[in-house]
Amino acid sequence: MSTTAELLKQASELFPDEVVTSAHVRHFDLPLGAGRFALITLDNGHDHTKPTTFGPASLANLNAAIDQVEKEAADGEIVGVGLTGKPFIFAVGADLKGVEILKEYEHALAIGKGGHEVFKRLSELAVPTFAYYNGAAMGGGVEVGLHCTYRTVSAALPAFSLPEVFLGLVPGWGGCALLPNLIGPEKAVSVIIENSLNQNKQLKGKQVFELGIADAIFEGADFLEQSLIWTAAVLKGELEIERPVIDRGEAWDQAVAKGRFIADSKVHGAAPAAYRALDIIAAAKNGDLQQGFDAEDKALADLIMGGELRSGIYAFNLVQKRGKRPAGAPDKNLARPVTKVGVVGAGLMASQLALLFLRRLEVPVVLTDIDQERVDKGVGYVHAEIDKLLGKGRINQDKANRLKALVSGVLDKAEGFSDADFVIEAVFEEIGVKQQVFAEVEAVAPAHAIFATNTSSLSVSEMASKLKNPERVVGFHFFNPVAVLPLLEIVRGEKTDDASLATAFAVAKKLKKTAVLTKDAPAFVVNRILTRFMGEIQNIIDEGTPVEVAEKGVEPLGLPMSPLVLLELVGPAIGLHVSETLNRAFPDRFTVSPNLAAVVKAGKRGFYVYDSGKPELDPEVAALLKQGDTVLTEEQVRDRVLDAVAQEIGIMLDEGVVAEAQDIDLCLITGAGWPFHLGGITPYLDREGVSERVNGKRFLAQGVASVPA
Amino acid sequence: MPRTVRDVVFVDGVRTPFGKAGPKGIYHETRADDLVVKAIRELLRRNPGLDPKKIDEVAIAATTQIGDQGLTIGRTAGILAGLPQSVPGYSIDRMCAGALTAVTAVAGSVAFGAYDIAIAGGVEHMGRHPMGEGVDPNPRFVSEKLVDESALFMGMTAENLHDRYPQITKQRADEYAVRSQEKAAKAYANGKIQADLVPVSVRRTSPEAGETGWGLVTADEPMRPGTTLENLSGLKTPFRVHGRVTAGNAAGLNDGATASLIASEDFAREHDLPVKMRLVSYSFAGVEPEVMGYGPIPATEKALAQAGLSISDIGLFEINEAFAVQVLAFLDHYGIADDDERVNQYGGAIAFGHPLASSGVRLMTQLARQFEEQPHVRYGLTTMCVGFGMGATVIWENPHFEGDK
Repeated sequence: MSTTAELLKQASELFPDEVVTSAHVRHFDLPLGAGRFALITLDNGHDHTKPTTFGPASLANLNAAIDQVEKEAADGEIVGVGLTGKPFIFAVGADLKGVEILKEYEHALAIGKGGHEVFKRLSELAVPTFAYYNGAAMGGGVEVGLHCTYRTVSAALPAFSLPEVFLGLVPGWGGCALLPNLIGPEKAVSVIIENSLNQNKQLKGKQVFELGIADAIFEGADFLEQSLIWTAAVLKGELEIERPVIDRGEAWDQAVAKGRFIADSKVHGAAPAAYRALDIIAAAKNGDLQQGFDAEDKALADLIMGGELRSGIYAFNLVQKRGKRPAGAPDKNLARPVTKVGVVGAGLMASQLALLFLRRLEVPVVLTDIDQERVDKGVGYVHAEIDKLLGKGRINQDKANRLKALVSGVLDKAEGFSDADFVIEAVFEEIGVKQQVFAEVEAVAPAHAIFATNTSSLSVSEMASKLKNPERVVGFHFFNPVAVLPLLEIVRGEKTDDASLATAFAVAKKLKKTAVLTKDAPAFVVNRILTRFMGEIQNIIDEGTPVEVAEKGVEPLGLPMSPLVLLELVGPAIGLHVSETLNRAFPDRFTVSPNLAAVVKAGKRGFYVYDSGKPELDPEVAALLKQGDTVLTEEQVRDRVLDAVAQEIGIMLDEGVVAEAQDIDLCLITGAGWPFHLGGITPYLDREGVSERVNGKRFLAQGVASVPA
Repeated sequence: MPRTVRDVVFVDGVRTPFGKAGPKGIYHETRADDLVVKAIRELLRRNPGLDPKKIDEVAIAATTQIGDQGLTIGRTAGILAGLPQSVPGYSIDRMCAGALTAVTAVAGSVAFGAYDIAIAGGVEHMGRHPMGEGVDPNPRFVSEKLVDESALFMGMTAENLHDRYPQITKQRADEYAVRSQEKAAKAYANGKIQADLVPVSVRRTSPEAGETGWGLVTADEPMRPGTTLENLSGLKTPFRVHGRVTAGNAAGLNDGATASLIASEDFAREHDLPVKMRLVSYSFAGVEPEVMGYGPIPATEKALAQAGLSISDIGLFEINEAFAVQVLAFLDHYGIADDDERVNQYGGAIAFGHPLASSGVRLMTQLARQFEEQPHVRYGLTTMCVGFGMGATVIWENPHFEGDK
């Protein structure tokens, strides 16, 4: 047994639950009389809903297949070796479950080495090797093909990526070293860094070919046949494959520098993966692949043993799994059909909601408001948005006609809502107004209709309290921009019944939103944490710390934007309003900043001006600020803010606002865009010792979003 | 509105390699519609001068039109093959003569002026759709003795044909079968067959049938080169005790697909498409279902009469070898020797296989290649017997004909 085989055998003992991929070797004669060929098919034995992955036992299978074809190649029995996947899937890379269980550096190092040792054999056979990217290829799936002599890609391939950096890894089975040497550093940086950090953007087959990753592209209908005919022509020397000459001069350094700029703008130095990948790409300039592979092994091991990757995998699983099966949701069979939706209000928020319901549910949507002008404006907004979608080619004319015919506006609620199954209100944020609206709707809507409120700060239970049937009311809290942010906080009031809640979750699913169940607690989840977070920054500023120090203090978190830029996006007035609400609920922890009040009163829309191209404190705002004389360092700022956040989350979990810390993190990722490398926030608070310091315990057990004990 | 009948030509034809039906066959895990799609795409690749938008019809035959052979496969295969949505399609069924009927149906439309060019082909995946799948014969067939019960079982009808022509012995049938295998092997060795085959990728997940994973099929699976009379003499006669019909002197149960381009001659010439055969006449005839193998004789009589030709004018024959006895009955009728070199020069279905509704176009593709090689031949015919007592014949003219020499 070779050392590689032994290494993989040991590794597979650590991972008994691996879904093992087979590497089938099949022989046949190529067309054009090109000779006998061995084709390896990667297949885990499941259909395309369970994509093929590489764990240690899978790598061992591929290694054994290569043993076989290596001998055949050496003996002159075959003229080439191919590699392809089961229908619709090539291979989607390392099995992350196998990465999660690793707890020793040596084992992490072995994962990298194991992959390299197997894959690079494909470049060392006595015959040329060919990868046929027939379907989805990601991570190690892409990389195994990069070790081959030639590649073809299917025009029907839907998804191709090196997503490692997105999760907190580097493409460490050859991706960082091989890709820039194949297609040049600029394109490699785009695939490895830019796409990964751009919400894990996927390439299509055509782009894979245009980037030069594949030497040929064929349509899906007879992709493998045409790839094999092409292979025969290449082997017979009838086709010359030309690859561009890579500029190994200054352009290489510039590409890497551009990558660093992209990484800085996305993660602000807070997550190491992109930088480690860039270091390897930079070093790959000398073309020494083995040196690159060794660097990849080390980077993989370091990252696997670090918190960012663990947080990344945790966050990925939250979004992919928990986000699709919300914790605490009632039996979905209790949900009632929703065949018509009413929207109370026709302002901007209401109109956006009407558009969303219309597009996703494709049922009649009726807007109402207090005068015809507002109603017309609301319907007009929806029509204009439909036209925009049509103009962009996102929908066709038939669909546009259908959607426009489904939306209407009336003044008379009785006319609009008498057969509505689901009515959502988005009127002025005032409890009396909302109670009044629901009372009016209850008078005309069917008994089974669900009433949803988009309130961000009022009590759902209080809103329902005056109704004959308060059990029909649920909170349905969207995040702005509604079309972009996936989160939907679904709020269960005191009397909300299971059928109403189940209907709300069913609607959320159709809206393609990530639904999280929350208790009817002030400001629910995201706004409460953000307000506590921003409030603490504001307090620190009010007490005397300069604005830029306060802002810089939280920079190492790598949030999508700084606290004051976020305040500007939300609007200082709304920020103030929410802080007032929370101050009333929890006066000991939530303050109302007099400086913020002054900024709002002065009618300022933010703290910064952008005249120089960069945010600078608006002198007019600076003049308004009244600060104390307590000046904190950046580190002190960070500690205080994180302590406050950890305290608030601890209290929320004690209050049962959500089921688990996982829901908090899911909310922050999908509702506030908090990054994967923080895992939302609780993995980071655990990792940095904040949880222990503030609450005396971790939020998540060791091994969840962290290296197992 | 005055009309002129237009000359119709066979532009090109291709097929998948044929496979053996059943769990060990090469196409066991391959869909029937995918087989048609590969054939259509190959046809288009071979004729890059043809703008797919100009195709007026896709007529695809299948005997069992359910599952992956259902859903109006002519239409669905067109879409799956990437033809423009504007190209229509339909399904057609005349059992074994399905593809042949697809050709004559679109040819009629071309002659009439409804189409300029059309795709005609057929498919039968007898592994996924065994003969008789889902059939529900009307009980009156038996109660009113409309047909003998044997009429539904093709092997029995072949035995019945032996009864009718006692001079066609098992010995003659076996000798014929051995020659078919020999001729097919020779045609392969000379590269006559491969040129019109489209390679098909096939997946295998069950190790019982051989190496697993993706493979590529580039040759017919049923071939048994080196078959001897001795090999055949010992075979069982499954349709009748002490019968004459065996697996060796009949076509097997097979999977495969074919596709051809049929056009008006003017269209083909204007678009620089090949003109491989010119249609002379076609005819279908019914016979007693119990001896369906007799069908080609009256069908040929009619087709010859229409064309004003006699059998002596026919220089090349492509007769489908569903059963050796059925070919021999035809040859005896016309006084042609069993080993006449004009007949099935490349061998026939006994060697290549007979995926029912696909076979007609295989006969044409082979005849077209023989025409090209033999410009001294002016006329050829393709003929086949059809279940439930029918025969089908198409007579073709060789456009390469150089006159009598």
